[in-house]
Amino acid sequence: MAAKTGGPVQKGVGKLPDRALFLFSLLVYAFLYAPILVLMFFSFNSSKSTQNWTGFSTEWYGALLRDQTILDAFRVSMIVGVTATLIATVIGTLTALALTRHDFRGKTFADSTIYAATVMPEIVVGVSLLVFFVATFLPLGIELGIVTIVIAHVAFTVSFVTIVVRARLAGMDQSLEEAAQDLGANPVTTFLRVTLPLILPGVMAGALLAFTLSFDDFVITFFVSGVGSSTLPLKIYSMIKFGVTPVINALSTVVLVTTMILIFGGSRLLSRREGA
Amino acid sequence: MGDKGRGWNLGLAGLLTPVTIWLGLFFLVPLLLILAYSFGTSDVYGGITLGFNPSNYLRVFDPLYLQIIVRTFFIAALNTVLCLVLGYPLAYFIVFKGYRRRNILILLVMVPFWTSLLIRAYSWVVILSGNGIANKFLQFIGITDEPLTLIFTPEAVLMGMVYSYLPFMILPLYASLEKFDTRLKEAAKDLGASRWQTFWRVTFPLSMPGVIAGSILVFIPSAGEFVIPQLLGGSRTVMTGTLIQTQFGPARDWAFGSALSVMLAVLLLAAILFYVRRVGTDKLGGM
Repeated sequence: MAAKTGGPVQKGVGKLPDRALFLFSLLVYAFLYAPILVLMFFSFNSSKSTQNWTGFSTEWYGALLRDQTILDAFRVSMIVGVTATLIATVIGTLTALALTRHDFRGKTFADSTIYAATVMPEIVVGVSLLVFFVATFLPLGIELGIVTIVIAHVAFTVSFVTIVVRARLAGMDQSLEEAAQDLGANPVTTFLRVTLPLILPGVMAGALLAFTLSFDDFVITFFVSGVGSSTLPLKIYSMIKFGVTPVINALSTVVLVTTMILIFGGSRLLSRREGA
Repeated sequence: MGDKGRGWNLGLAGLLTPVTIWLGLFFLVPLLLILAYSFGTSDVYGGITLGFNPSNYLRVFDPLYLQIIVRTFFIAALNTVLCLVLGYPLAYFIVFKGYRRRNILILLVMVPFWTSLLIRAYSWVVILSGNGIANKFLQFIGITDEPLTLIFTPEAVLMGMVYSYLPFMILPLYASLEKFDTRLKEAAKDLGASRWQTFWRVTFPLSMPGVIAGSILVFIPSAGEFVIPQLLGGSRTVMTGTLIQTQFGPARDWAFGSALSVMLAVLLLAAILFYVRRVGTDKLGGM
């Protein structure tokens, strides 16, 4: 910009900070990616070391597929992630509708609670749920396990879904709903055929966020999981504690590559929808 | 707007019942429960007797624990500042110099943002360990002959934190800078402001909402962090998160653990309010 409008002197002045900024940004990107790349690189190491390169091999990926405990953990993570996402997305969308379309007593309290749930440190949420489950669920005969993990995951993701869907609803043209109702659609039909299709990108984004948060969560799950059921992050944590091996690198690489595919795919999908 | 609900009705009750049950029962009640427990008394078997016993809070002032809490807030604050210093120029670069590659550049920040913190902390365990890449590099450039102890230090914890939380700073900064009207910069320039003046007196003050949001997003989780100090700090760099976990794990002192949790939540809330007041309104008002 300076180069186009400014004289030759200004051009020279403008270039140096630009170049410095470019170089700095490049270094920050390098900082963000180098550790991940190093980690991926050593997942293909032929020896048991994660530090000394001895040659290319895919044996750790084989070991990963043969490890039943990892596969079990993955299965638990998927079950928890999908269940918690479904529940959180439905509840979050309903809540977003209530908060954008209605004024009611206690709205400020509802708002504050939803925001508090997003900023409360995970460790506090985790221990308070542990205390709660031990005090109420154990006497009822419900052990810590998949059920408590799902409940906890819905509790900490539902606010995020609400916020994302609400942002979408706020930007929506409400006259379309009024038109549908004027034409004789009842509230349920209006919601299903007008509102939902319009806010679907927001609902999908909220669901994607909920699933990722659930799938990656370590701290809260750590406290409410009990002994029997281990999610993937819990399994990875215990593997790291037990001793560093390239199997963890292989597992991490699979998780990282999957995440990258989902993000790039998801962003394409969203940008196409927004454009339509 | 005739059908827009004012006050309570059946439809609204239907929309709000699920969230009231879920957040009420599984978020608010548990918080009240640890508040009650924090005034209770732990017995030797890990049970708890309710009552009004302030000793759990008084124990926080034991120099042993106080040191951990001060260290926690110090590391979290330092992490926030470092993330801001590293993240702001990058966000600025993406918005104002990224041009057509803006989308791909911000996507490159989102990848680490969405990937598991655990895996990203693990990458630093590998890099900083005894004969990891960091030590090899230091030996290669001749800084040291013997491998240095890099892992299980406060610096390692800070490194892991900056690495983990940097994207949480960049994204809100990007979001607020993206809304920036570049004509304001041109106007400042036309009025004779230098680049430096334009930045500090126009661009930066207008990006304050992003700075505040980013700082909160970084500061809160890093003050409550438990994984990173556990993996990179070991037993020598204990933070409040680790201390709380110990009370609910091996130490089985739920009353003290609850008091620490309540204190952490209250301190963080106070810190946010102080920060938003101090940094937020001053800078915005002073414009």
